[in-house]
Amino acid sequence: MRAYVIKRVFGMIPTLILISGLIFIVIQLPPGDIVTSTLDRMQSQGLEVSAEAVANLRAQYNLDQPLLIQYVRWIGGFLIGDMGYSYLFTRPVSELVWERLGYTLMITVSSLIFTWAIAIPAGIYSAVRQYSFVDYLITTIMLVGLATPSFLLALMAMYAGYELFGISIGGLFSPEYRDAPWSFAKLMDFLSHLWIPMVVLGLGGTASTMRILRANLLDELSKPYVVTARAKGVKPLKLLFKYPLRIAINPFISTIGLLMPALISGEAIVSIVLGLPTIGPALIQALIAQDMYLAGSFLMLLAVLTVLGMLLSDLLLAWADPRIRYE
Amino acid sequence: MVDNLLEIRDLAVEFGTDIGTTYALREVSFDVPRGKVTAIVGESGSGKSVTANCIMRLIQSPGRITGGQIHFSPNDVTAYDIAALPDKDPRLLDLRGGSVSMVFQEPMTALSPVYTVGNQVAEAILCHRKVSKEEALEEAADMLRLVGIDDVGRRIHQYPFEFSGGMRQRVVIAMALVCHPQLLICDEPTTALDVTIQAEILTLIRDLQKDLNNSVLFITHDLGVVAQMADQVVVMYQGRVLEVGSVRQVLKTPVHPYTRGLLAAIPGLATKGERLATIASVVGDADLITPHPLVTLADGRQVSLPSDQLAALELANG
Repeated sequence: MRAYVIKRVFGMIPTLILISGLIFIVIQLPPGDIVTSTLDRMQSQGLEVSAEAVANLRAQYNLDQPLLIQYVRWIGGFLIGDMGYSYLFTRPVSELVWERLGYTLMITVSSLIFTWAIAIPAGIYSAVRQYSFVDYLITTIMLVGLATPSFLLALMAMYAGYELFGISIGGLFSPEYRDAPWSFAKLMDFLSHLWIPMVVLGLGGTASTMRILRANLLDELSKPYVVTARAKGVKPLKLLFKYPLRIAINPFISTIGLLMPALISGEAIVSIVLGLPTIGPALIQALIAQDMYLAGSFLMLLAVLTVLGMLLSDLLLAWADPRIRYE
Repeated sequence: MVDNLLEIRDLAVEFGTDIGTTYALREVSFDVPRGKVTAIVGESGSGKSVTANCIMRLIQSPGRITGGQIHFSPNDVTAYDIAALPDKDPRLLDLRGGSVSMVFQEPMTALSPVYTVGNQVAEAILCHRKVSKEEALEEAADMLRLVGIDDVGRRIHQYPFEFSGGMRQRVVIAMALVCHPQLLICDEPTTALDVTIQAEILTLIRDLQKDLNNSVLFITHDLGVVAQMADQVVVMYQGRVLEVGSVRQVLKTPVHPYTRGLLAAIPGLATKGERLATIASVVGDADLITPHPLVTLADGRQVSLPSDQLAALELANG
């Protein structure tokens, strides 16, 4: 087991180096850079910029250096926590990242919990009572949920919140708390706003999670080891949880790692609709403005999260399934 | 007076499907005597396994028991009809793995891959008796030793996939016997194993039966195994019982044409290079399709035959 962990941890390093190179290249690919997009903006406002000022600007952002040097500077800084400076937000990138990463993770984790809290009991019930009325009902609702884009759900939630309860849904804080320091009242305000993105983002995953669990569990329910355990006199509920469910849940463990990046990048449109201060919208802005340091750092963090998530999944799976542990 | 642990009378099972009802068992009647080995023989689909599953009430939707009784007379509690127990009756949980237990055909998949062998054997004890986990593991270890597993102290903490097929079947047998059941049902326990291992497992089951003096219901399609294992034989075909008798009666002097057909179809040295006899070549189809009630003959065996053939038999036997 220890050898497996060490092997996996060291295996991450070349993957991350490769990804960082790719991110850097892809961001450099479109013509122009932050200086040209700044110039465009200034010129559209009728401002004249001298060639000397442009060169100064380039030098200031290290854009006059060869690409390799730019890459090494960027990734070197990233490693020691200095992610550069965002031209777009005129703030250090690390400040922006930590602030938004915190909210993003909070929303991601809470919607994941929401998804599982609904999908797992529904999936179990659907499988155990296959083809019953409730099975058809759950399956139908879930299919509608699966077919509804989450940004549409976000719009519907905003409309319903405004029309029915007279509250404006959007952002994570009421206006009076937005720039206030953290306090108990601000926390309560945050929690009262959190549930909308949690439900909107969670519902999409609920349908697919429930369908997968139902199918997995149906497969396991007909396995001989379940009959053996039943013939042994194990009580029905304990039987269900200890035998078929225990194995039907394994595929979910292996997808925890994949959920992390999907929830972070997948929520971009919903976050724009709901006005959430998360990574998604900022990443899109940064990419449009070619804000190299900001976009690069976000993408690199996503990559790190993905790789760490996969590692976490694999370790959890090895812990849960002796067949993998003993290979 | 024969002392029967189990008396099955007119048992009927149906499977309702979209394209109609399948009658899996019809008027199945036979006894399982205490301390003896009873074998059920028959081809695939004859209802052998369904009968076994009925005894443990393991038949699941869309199958259901539609009639008949399974009188069970355990040593320690009042006799009752297994077929009539409600699904939630606590006696069902006592029955399963407690007074009746089962060894299945597929040792490779009969154990959950994610729990250790010790855990799964000890669980059978924990389901039926109030003992600590440590005591249960200790008893499980003793039973594993009894079924011939070496180095139990280490093996008990291993997972099923670390055992060979034959060893896994030993584990399943240990799991079935660990609560000292009065009836052990073996549903083709050696079909999935290779021939040398088959012999070992059969000897093990037979020896343990002699030591523990429990009843065994042995399901097989192999008449060689029947000769080696059983005291009494039940011949089944298409959900019906055709002939019941002692091993000697049924194998030496079969009365029912189907039983004769089965015996004739055993490949032997003499028939090498020749065509094997088929059941259809020995038995007329009409004899098999039309149902007849089981009639007890003078020598104690029971057979299901049309009345004219019965009369001829009675005449021949005087």
